[in-house]
Amino acid sequence: MPALLEVSDLCAGYGAADVLDRIAFTVEEGGVTAVLGANGAGKTTLLRAVCGLIRRRGKVRFGTEAIETRATEDIVRLGLAHAPDGRGTFLQLTTEENLRVGALTRRDRAGVAEDMAKVYRYFPRLKERRQQQAGTLSGGEQQMLAIARALMLRPRLLVLDEPSFGLAPLVVQDIFSIMRTVNREDRVSILLVEQNAKLALDLADRAYLLETGRVIRGGPVAEIRDDETVRRSYLGY
Amino acid sequence: MATDTFAAVGSLRWIGIAILVVALALLPFAISDYHTFQFTQAISYAIVLLGLNILTGYNGQISLGHGAFYAVGAYTAAILMDRFGVPYWATLPIAGLVCFGFGFLFGLPALRLQGHYLALATFALAVATPQLLKYKKIEGWTGGVQGIVIIKPDAPFGLPLSQDRWLYLFTLAVALVMFLLAWNILRGRVGRALIALRDQPIAAEAMGVHGAFFKSTAFGVSALYTGVGGALGAIAVQFVAPDSFTTFLSISFVVGIVVGGLASISGAIWGALFIQFVPNVADQISKAAPWAIYGAVLLLCMYSMPLGVAGLLRSTVRRLRVRRPRSVT
Amino acid sequence: MDAFLHQLFSGVATGGIYASVALALVMIYQATHHINFAQGEMAMFSTYLAWTLIAAGAPYWIAFVLTVGISFVLGVVIERVLIRPMAHAPVLSVVIVFIGLLVILNSLAGWIFSYTIKSFPSPFDGVIPGNAFMSPHELGIIGVTLVVLALLYGFFRFTSLGLAMRAAALNPVSSRLAGIRVGRMLGLGWGLAAAVGAVAGMMVAPVIYLDPNMMAGVLLYAFAGALLGGIDNPIGAVIGGFVVGVVENLVGTYLIGTELKLTVALVLIIGVLVFRPAGLMGKVVVIRV
Repeated sequence: MPALLEVSDLCAGYGAADVLDRIAFTVEEGGVTAVLGANGAGKTTLLRAVCGLIRRRGKVRFGTEAIETRATEDIVRLGLAHAPDGRGTFLQLTTEENLRVGALTRRDRAGVAEDMAKVYRYFPRLKERRQQQAGTLSGGEQQMLAIARALMLRPRLLVLDEPSFGLAPLVVQDIFSIMRTVNREDRVSILLVEQNAKLALDLADRAYLLETGRVIRGGPVAEIRDDETVRRSYLGY
Repeated sequence: MATDTFAAVGSLRWIGIAILVVALALLPFAISDYHTFQFTQAISYAIVLLGLNILTGYNGQISLGHGAFYAVGAYTAAILMDRFGVPYWATLPIAGLVCFGFGFLFGLPALRLQGHYLALATFALAVATPQLLKYKKIEGWTGGVQGIVIIKPDAPFGLPLSQDRWLYLFTLAVALVMFLLAWNILRGRVGRALIALRDQPIAAEAMGVHGAFFKSTAFGVSALYTGVGGALGAIAVQFVAPDSFTTFLSISFVVGIVVGGLASISGAIWGALFIQFVPNVADQISKAAPWAIYGAVLLLCMYSMPLGVAGLLRSTVRRLRVRRPRSVT
Repeated sequence: MDAFLHQLFSGVATGGIYASVALALVMIYQATHHINFAQGEMAMFSTYLAWTLIAAGAPYWIAFVLTVGISFVLGVVIERVLIRPMAHAPVLSVVIVFIGLLVILNSLAGWIFSYTIKSFPSPFDGVIPGNAFMSPHELGIIGVTLVVLALLYGFFRFTSLGLAMRAAALNPVSSRLAGIRVGRMLGLGWGLAAAVGAVAGMMVAPVIYLDPNMMAGVLLYAFAGALLGGIDNPIGAVIGGFVVGVVENLVGTYLIGTELKLTVALVLIIGVLVFRPAGLMGKVVVIRV
């Protein structure tokens, strides 16, 4: 089966300078790809480049479409949902309005209502706070909201930027187990970047190592897990 | 623009300036009294624009209300001459000081206002000015709606000059002094501090530039220049009345500094010529034409260089730098 | 007492106008963080359009609806042509563009329609029995304002498009990531602001008459109202507009006389900016250094 997202020769950056240097990776249909890397390796930049939020060149194919020249709005409409770093919450809107924003491009009212019920099932905390301003939510709740908002698109690919960042371990476990459900039961493919390699590798089937803007290792998780460098630098044993 | 201010002015340049000054001094003898009067007004506008540029161009504080300070300068001169019999030349320093006071005071609250908000506050000042000048309780001084008529001064020492020519030369001399002073201030430490506060306010403060003091002083000095210009303008026109000092006067000053170039000393002259003579010509088409032109010019200037002159320079430099490595790859 | 009530109600009526213009200002401020200095002139120009339509024989309400529609389109066009290229420009450039727009609209109106003052009809006439405090037009202004405000509230609160516009204004990047076409939403915002301004212009014109400079004072009070309620708070701005209208009328009548009314606005504006920059109902935004 062909990959859902296939990236090759991707260079991107801010201003005149490139941060990413000829990146290549894939996300399989129904798979989970993790991109690991230290702070400043270019993980967030990578996701922004895929979504068209920054200047980029190279090849990015999503499904059957070449998206390297598409605008973010159009890429999103193809079914690629990105929960950005800093979570991108609309702080002044209520929780429920945030979720509605996630589904604004959809026309199937029944499906949206169904998905709303589903994300509330995944994240009961959000349901309790549905009429609350999102700015009053805790960090963990905002992360849940970011994922839930992305799911409201009913995406083919869910793109997550460090979902564990700044959260308590229990909350992180909770979120990762829901992501597993989303992947297995809802058949949503996932691309996530993480600093927490252990968590990411448990969830992923493919992994890539990013260092100063380059992919230095990549492949099926089984191989990556056995890699000396990965073990020492990221897993700590 | 920066070179205009900071680069050493070569001797060639001094010669050029000297020739320009002599030419300007001889100008009234080549043209009619009426045209001389128009140039007198242009010179007083140039002083105003220089003042506004100190604030907006150099210090980055937006004022849409300098017409108010112009009015204060004009009225100070007119009241002093009309009610107190002060000679015209003595009204200038007083007008300047009064405006400095007003400007400094206005600058104090303005310190807390940045960007849009300062623009908004000064815009409000501009809109409210004519009504304030008409206020009944100060009518005894200001002459209310009627305004004040003042008498055009004769040339002193029995010089064989018409009133208009004399006033032109007097105004030119004052302008020279004001420009030299500004040039001295702006190319030195103070100028650098003002620019630093405009571009990197936090860093400037950290380096020991006392932001609050500089910014309100800049406001005061800017108002001082504007007030002197206003006083000279009033003496030239021989008349002050509330409806000469509308929002549109303030806006025309903004037009002047935009056309002349922000943060440029010589720009004040080009800007002044523009706001003095373009309306004169355009008026013949329609009463609305000067303003249509002003508006179009404002937009044109901004779209041809959306980041301002400085931004245009920066982006050109960047483009040149980037092109080279790209052609290699 | 009757005189007092009369002034109070009349203040509420003009306050409605200020509230509408203040709301238009806030809509543009929220979306772009710019203060639209040309809002007043846009409304003035729209009012001239209405006058032209009425003079050409259109019934008032037809002219009203057409004017609102045309103003909406003009607002969208202005955003697309003039404002969008300035998206990343420094504040000074943007302010100058707004001033340029103000000057152009003002001179165009003077050029096309002349600077002579014109009267503008009110659709509300006749006598309301048992009402000594309000003229029919004042009552009409309040009614129209409330309808406009209710429509806008409903639109932003309950429709998907309204939600998309709010989202685009609050967080453009996240909105793009939700597939919202942010540029289009900003254009719509400008269109709505222009349309609301047009209504305000048509409502105030019978009172202050039609001339190219008619909106200067209104705009100033709208600024004061918007600032009072918080320039990023639509509901606050509306309340602020009404408050300013009432204060203007009462202070003008009982304290300082009508001849310093604009100064009241000036003092309000500077006072709020200096002492409560976020307004009475706005959020305090802390800028970290």
